[in-house]
Amino acid sequence: MDINLNNIQIDIAKEARRFLDKECPTDYAREMFEDERGFTEEIWAKMIEMDWMKVRIPEPYGGAGMDQMDLTMVLEEMGRAVLPGPFFSTILLAAEAIMEAGNDSQKKRYLPGIAAGEIRGTLALHEPDGGADPGYIQMEASADADGFVLNGTKISVPDAHVADFLVCAARTEPGNDPAQGITLFLVDLSADRVSVSLLPTMDGTRKLCAVDFKGVRVGPEGVLGKLHQGWDPLSRVLGRAQVGLCAECVGGAQRAMEIATQYAKIRIQFDQPIGAFQAIKHRCAQMYVEVESSRSILYWAAWAQDYGDPEEAAIAASVAKAYCSEAFTHIATGGVQVLGGTGFAWENDIHLYLKRAKANEQALGDPMYHRERVVQLLTGR
Amino acid sequence: MDFRLTPAQEAFRGEFVSWLEKNLPHDWDPSRYRNYDSQEEWGRVYREFQRRLFDGGYTAMHYPKEYGGQGKTLMEEVIVSQVLFFTCPELRIPGVVTHAMAVPTIFTCGNEEQKREFLPKILDGTHIWCQGFSEPDAGSDVANVSTRAEKQNGHYIINGQKVWTSFAHLSDYCILLVRTDPTVARHKGLSYFLLDMKLPGVEVRPMTQITGEAEFNELFFNDVRVPVEMRVGEEGQGWQIAITTLMFERVLGDAIMGAAYERNIEKMIEMASQTKRSGRPVIHDPIFRQQLAQAYIEVMVLKYHGLRSLSNQLKSKIPGPEGSIGKLLWSEPNQRITEAAMGMQGPNSQIMGSSPWTIQDGYWQYSFLRSKGNTIEAGSSEILRNIIAERVLGLPKDVSRAKRQ
Repeated sequence: MDINLNNIQIDIAKEARRFLDKECPTDYAREMFEDERGFTEEIWAKMIEMDWMKVRIPEPYGGAGMDQMDLTMVLEEMGRAVLPGPFFSTILLAAEAIMEAGNDSQKKRYLPGIAAGEIRGTLALHEPDGGADPGYIQMEASADADGFVLNGTKISVPDAHVADFLVCAARTEPGNDPAQGITLFLVDLSADRVSVSLLPTMDGTRKLCAVDFKGVRVGPEGVLGKLHQGWDPLSRVLGRAQVGLCAECVGGAQRAMEIATQYAKIRIQFDQPIGAFQAIKHRCAQMYVEVESSRSILYWAAWAQDYGDPEEAAIAASVAKAYCSEAFTHIATGGVQVLGGTGFAWENDIHLYLKRAKANEQALGDPMYHRERVVQLLTGR
Repeated sequence: MDFRLTPAQEAFRGEFVSWLEKNLPHDWDPSRYRNYDSQEEWGRVYREFQRRLFDGGYTAMHYPKEYGGQGKTLMEEVIVSQVLFFTCPELRIPGVVTHAMAVPTIFTCGNEEQKREFLPKILDGTHIWCQGFSEPDAGSDVANVSTRAEKQNGHYIINGQKVWTSFAHLSDYCILLVRTDPTVARHKGLSYFLLDMKLPGVEVRPMTQITGEAEFNELFFNDVRVPVEMRVGEEGQGWQIAITTLMFERVLGDAIMGAAYERNIEKMIEMASQTKRSGRPVIHDPIFRQQLAQAYIEVMVLKYHGLRSLSNQLKSKIPGPEGSIGKLLWSEPNQRITEAAMGMQGPNSQIMGSSPWTIQDGYWQYSFLRSKGNTIEAGSSEILRNIIAERVLGLPKDVSRAKRQ
């Protein structure tokens, strides 16, 4: 047993911190909050130079073939910076789906381009009637002689407006059980009859879209993985993505706690720093408890994605997603309160963290969904 | 990074598990949380079982052999402790203060004679120890201790009172914090003693607690003569000894609690599968499922946070700041978990004694009440949050305390 970061991981985190502090301070997040695309080509190009696109992609496809824990180091820092842009959607969702379910020619077609930063993708999963349940997939893909025809609406699709393609989970057999009848499709976003509309979301640093499919044609080469058996690989992709969101949550929560505690040291009321009052002190201490607890559970979940057995990987992802995303919300909410009027003001950064916390909490299964899943995995029913 | 035990550690764990199966007391029933009617019998069973562990080579794995240990690492000690607290916490509880507080204090801060005299007799089950820190006017404010020790001809004469002293009624010795110098600043006038409970002038009065049991006591000292040799460290070092030694064993305690609570999750699943509401097992109720999951999540937080702190300590040899939150991670969740368990049982949660309707031997009723002490004993949640805020986050002390110091 050794639950310490290795030197490579420590270096990855340090380099990421240095880069993001310099290139992507929260001024960048604020600017992109108001920007329709949500990122600049200049920063995207610099991120490519950092080799971040390559981290998880296997070496034969132009990547670095590193593990979830290595990627966690980068994502924690991105969370700290409330980094906007399509990194998460392209790397954690689209690329992982192709790595998990794709055949060699699909991998060759997409992965080297993603690793080089030339192609962007996302995952179309959530549906309007599914609420926070990512397993509610009713969008129809009907087979015909040439392949499949997709009809329906996907919602909360991150960064679809700047993506070149998306992976879409659709139903090829009727039913309610996600384990049966779901197929994954690769859909080119320049295709006919697919339309993307940017949603006016609360967290402007994470753009979400609605995607309408009105008879979109996908040929056999666009079927990702086995027909009707898409949930199995998809749930592994979601596990990694959920753990990825947890890493963002931990980095964001750490920074929100720092903002609150720094303010508590300098803000004077009743002739002393407010941090001397136990009402404030204990709130800050609880932030520390939840940040470090989140980090411990994150490390376990990240490790389990690569080295645990499948059951452990699945339950760890749900435990982490429920815990870390709620902790981030508590901490950011507490931060707003500690900062008082300043915390309520747009000028202070704390609201960026609160908004990202709520976005992450609801994405890819909310805490209620993950707690239910934990019981199913624990008891087998 | 690796969350698994090494093959050698796995093998050691397996050996210990099979040893334990053969060496549990014959009259001990694992389905009951309390097998012994009297405190004295409980103490006797603890001592016998501790002796068996000692003879089997499973005590103080990380301490040197000359003091009764096994000369291995903290990891082996964690493995043994986790198995014991998962399997048979009842057989360990009377020795908790002994092993978590007296042993590390004597080992880390005691002199050679003290180590050789006391450690082997603790580890072979001869002696149980208690901890005399709290007083009527020194609860969370431990530095306010007023029990006096005055030096006279090679002895200290001790007068005063301690309170909430767990297992004093079964104890042979006491680790005792007293004031040797009332003229200096509060923290600097304290000294640390190893007290023989059989000395004339020591009086133990058991107190009944919220669970109806009498596991803690008042402790009175009336001109108790303690030889100078029983002082740990120098005069005036009592506070430092009390604080620092305990930090080193904290990760062990957190790892133990994680194992004990994993067993609680198993018990809760079993209970929720059998206990019904509206005619169907509560495990099918969506709200109770959320509570069960939350219980599991909090236990996993405790487990993996504990392992991370342990791993850090094994590597860096000093406890990191993340270790300071461990106690909050078991005390507060235990209250929430036992509360949820009571809720799952509905009105039957009121049945504490033996009846045809008693659920799991009344374990959750006892645990619910006992857990209320968790956030008070060994540093209240409020004091722990002060410590985290001030020592880890660097927030200022409040004006009144800052002025006084």
